[in-house]
Amino acid sequence: MTGTSAYEPAGTGHVRRARSAFTIRLWAVRHARFLEIIYDAFADVFLALHPFWKLIGYQRVERPMVAVEGLVKRFLFDCRMCGQCALGDTGMSCPMNCPKSIRNGPCGGVRPNGNCEIEADMPCVWVEAWSGSQQMKKNENILHLQPAVDYSLRGTSSWLRATALRAEAQDRK
Amino acid sequence: MTNIDHENLLQPLPGHTSNGRLERILRRGEFAVTAELNPPDSADPTEVFDRAAVFDGWVDGINATDGSGANCHMSSVGVCGLLTHVGYAPVMQISCRDHNRIAIQGNVLGAAAMGVSNLLCLSGDGVQNGDQPEAKPVFDLDSMSLLNMVRTMRDESRFLSGRKITSPPRLFLGAAVNPFAPPHNFRPQRLAKKIEAGAQFVQSQYCFDVPMLENYMARVRDMGLDKRCFILIGVGPLASAKAARWMRSHVPGVHIPDSIIERLEGAENQRQEGAEICIDLIQQISEIEGVAGVHMMAYRQEEQVADIVHRSNILKDRRPWKREAGAALAAAEEMTAEVGENVELANAVAAASGEG
Repeated sequence: MTGTSAYEPAGTGHVRRARSAFTIRLWAVRHARFLEIIYDAFADVFLALHPFWKLIGYQRVERPMVAVEGLVKRFLFDCRMCGQCALGDTGMSCPMNCPKSIRNGPCGGVRPNGNCEIEADMPCVWVEAWSGSQQMKKNENILHLQPAVDYSLRGTSSWLRATALRAEAQDRK
Repeated sequence: MTNIDHENLLQPLPGHTSNGRLERILRRGEFAVTAELNPPDSADPTEVFDRAAVFDGWVDGINATDGSGANCHMSSVGVCGLLTHVGYAPVMQISCRDHNRIAIQGNVLGAAAMGVSNLLCLSGDGVQNGDQPEAKPVFDLDSMSLLNMVRTMRDESRFLSGRKITSPPRLFLGAAVNPFAPPHNFRPQRLAKKIEAGAQFVQSQYCFDVPMLENYMARVRDMGLDKRCFILIGVGPLASAKAARWMRSHVPGVHIPDSIIERLEGAENQRQEGAEICIDLIQQISEIEGVAGVHMMAYRQEEQVADIVHRSNILKDRRPWKREAGAALAAAEEMTAEVGENVELANAVAAASGEG
């Protein structure tokens, strides 16, 4: 397991090699505070564009938006497009990458090295989530209870949904 | 099949959410003992009764696992249905691995109708760890959303959809905790989250490291969580140093310090030493403030549980409920006899079709 006696090339090792598959995802968590600022700014821009979205029609923007959102979030977070993004509450670590899709983790099976019980090479997304959330301004969000996933929203744009909901809340005020 | 003996059912108590004995024992402030029953790979009810009999009179609740380790066994709801029939207080385990929310809500109503009073809500092991890794993992809910859903069914008499339940299930809700896995400083917060979601009692993963548990419990007490939830700590005898090593590397979330393995290795009779270690641990754990009981997981050593509970003297003079030979036993035997008839019937049908 430890492989202390086995040959390991300089500057790398089986742990680093395994983690390299998750480089960008782990980068995102390490920069959770930075991404939080970007995200908040984007959300405001999207909200300001609400009249524009409404003019074209949210439904008509949906497909191109899903394409863009999918590209960006798949690259940054290994996003699974569950359609109800919780990244702001989970330290910028996507909970749908948990093999048990746990939205309120971590489970009790986390390995002593902080890796997943099922995928031994993968850092537990919830161990990452906890460390990411601690950097964020809204570091209390991880303590919120996440509701059960609504599977009817899979593959839809959560950016547009969040914008529509915020606009609706604004109108009510 | 015989009807449930309504005269022998416990009456609801004010402030209690279930009619079960486990809730009564815990609310009374007694040090409770629960034990894990490993469901058989069989359709024979007598195997279930035999497995429960070894705990008889020594435990306050019997956990029936739900395909633990993602290995297939008799269902938890089946085992619990049989056990309630003869008066035991089973803790039904529900994992999110094999059922979606529709199936789980149906099973909760069915189990409550059969007299199940205690429910342990789990996320469950990944299918990859079990004997059928090619199965589809469901994980429609997680342990928290499951707790929340069942609490809604119980307290608000409605399904997740909002549809009305005419007679809500009376249940004592439990969850699992693991104070021995990373991230350690998040674990007490996660317990708080589970309590918020509806957990009234929790059963922990195996404890072999008392100082680590003490750290955890200190934070739990600071947050006042031990006053809002009954905390039962998992314990169990290790069969040998080899078994301990295997468990440490193969069972997810089990933390065994080297000192325990060294103590086992140094012993002449390792199995006996395993039981001694377990007794020592139970006694130390029972001293910790905020611990409401222990949960015995003696996989394939279930016959040792009674002896370990007896020798650790945690029950003091209290004797948990014991199954008496009487009406309930007769009912169970009648039910077994019925299965026997069905077997004969099946043979008869087979014979008849063979002739035709």
